[in-house]
Amino acid sequence: MTETRYSKDHEYVRVEGGEGVVGISDYAQQQLGDVVFAETPPVGKALKKGDPAAVVESVKAASDVFAPISGEVIAVNSEVESTPGLINEDALGRGWLFRIKLADPNELTDLMDETAYAGFLKTLA
Amino acid sequence: MTEASIQTTPLHALHVELGARMAPFAGYDMPIQYPAGVLAEHLHTRKAAGLFDVSHMGQALIEGAGHETVAGFLESLCPADLLNLAPGRQRYTQLLNENGGIVDDLMVTRPPGANGALRLVVNASRKEVDFALIRQQMPPAVRLTPLAELALIALQGPLAATTLAGLAPGEGIETMAFMSARPGRLAGVETFISRSGYTGEDGYEISVASTEAEGFARMLLSQPDVAPIGLGARDSLRLEAGLCLYGHELDETVDPIEAALAWSIQKRRRVEGGFPGAKRIQGALAHGPNRQRVGVRPAGRAPAREGTEIVSAEGAPIGIVTSGGFGPSVNGPIAMGFVERAHAAVETPIGLIVRGKPLSARVVTLPFHPHAYYRG
Repeated sequence: MTETRYSKDHEYVRVEGGEGVVGISDYAQQQLGDVVFAETPPVGKALKKGDPAAVVESVKAASDVFAPISGEVIAVNSEVESTPGLINEDALGRGWLFRIKLADPNELTDLMDETAYAGFLKTLA
Repeated sequence: MTEASIQTTPLHALHVELGARMAPFAGYDMPIQYPAGVLAEHLHTRKAAGLFDVSHMGQALIEGAGHETVAGFLESLCPADLLNLAPGRQRYTQLLNENGGIVDDLMVTRPPGANGALRLVVNASRKEVDFALIRQQMPPAVRLTPLAELALIALQGPLAATTLAGLAPGEGIETMAFMSARPGRLAGVETFISRSGYTGEDGYEISVASTEAEGFARMLLSQPDVAPIGLGARDSLRLEAGLCLYGHELDETVDPIEAALAWSIQKRRRVEGGFPGAKRIQGALAHGPNRQRVGVRPAGRAPAREGTEIVSAEGAPIGIVTSGGFGPSVNGPIAMGFVERAHAAVETPIGLIVRGKPLSARVVTLPFHPHAYYRG
């Protein structure tokens, strides 16, 4: 069973067992526009929740991706570095950025579930 | 600029209808991109024809008794040779402050048959400053009239000429010389057309009455090869074309030689001077400027944005990036910036401090993408 949770900075973490797949939300990719560059963190890096973890850049602007949850980076999506447009095409699927081993699953409760995130997006409109 | 005072162009409703993402730019609510997105809009302009609303720019007329009076006055503020500007021709130049710093960059056009009138197109963000400077300096025999009731629409790209010519068959629109201008009737609308632009492509800028602008733009957009293009792609296009943008490459501390705009100062003016800051500019022409605008090509895929520090191969600070991003036609990161003269030669290895780490880069020739201006 998987569950996707969102931060107020529009990162998502899809929880799969004790691991999480991190990327930016569909809303975030739409706001950013065409993504032309993505930089993932080194495998093995220990991230604390809120740390700058990755970078995505559109034609116009650079944006930091913050770790939505603490843990160790255990894999990165190298495909997204060579084809950054995947983030626009499929932010929650092939556009994932890195996989993290959750240090503290209790942190997930600080993040929004799908319904709460959808409600949060409405407040931004 | 508060939200209450934000201005709109005559095409505002059309932008919204087309689904543009709007944002404030130079005091105007402008289209940043349409649903196609910056990449697609950029590439469309390079292969077909893009329509740009540049109505926020300042259009004005300077008039006086005879060309010599008007051009002579403008030469007291700008370093271009305007006395020898032929009817129907235009020139790019700069308004200078007393130190030779750039107050604004602008296009000056002598309409066909005009003897005592020049049209100006200045930057939106600078028009109040420009007009105040001109008014403060102009003699009683010269008058300045802002043309606020005119919209300005650019049509840019390799198919701009055939598209526009199709609206006025037999008028010779497609054979107008680069940097020439004239009045013209396009699909029944009175316009003033110049063969110019700021994308590096062939194209036109068309001045049209505000009241007719939306209908005219809709008619252009109904042509098969024309798509609307936002300011996002306008910026990536001009950056690839190696063109300066006021507030980025140009400001009141930068002189035209540092900005690598010596080509816009004709020989007579270089010799005679007679423009503000002539001593500094003539000195820089003779001995080279202390710093110089250059093209910068980062080695990897990471863009270096405006404000990025430029360092020498040894790591010493030598300059700063003034515009930087991703070039869709180049398919890689590109930037312009200012570096100390000793590091300005093409192929000089340099470093860019991006997110605290030095990325390797080199100085390259501009433009990044070859200009495709109409040369007859």
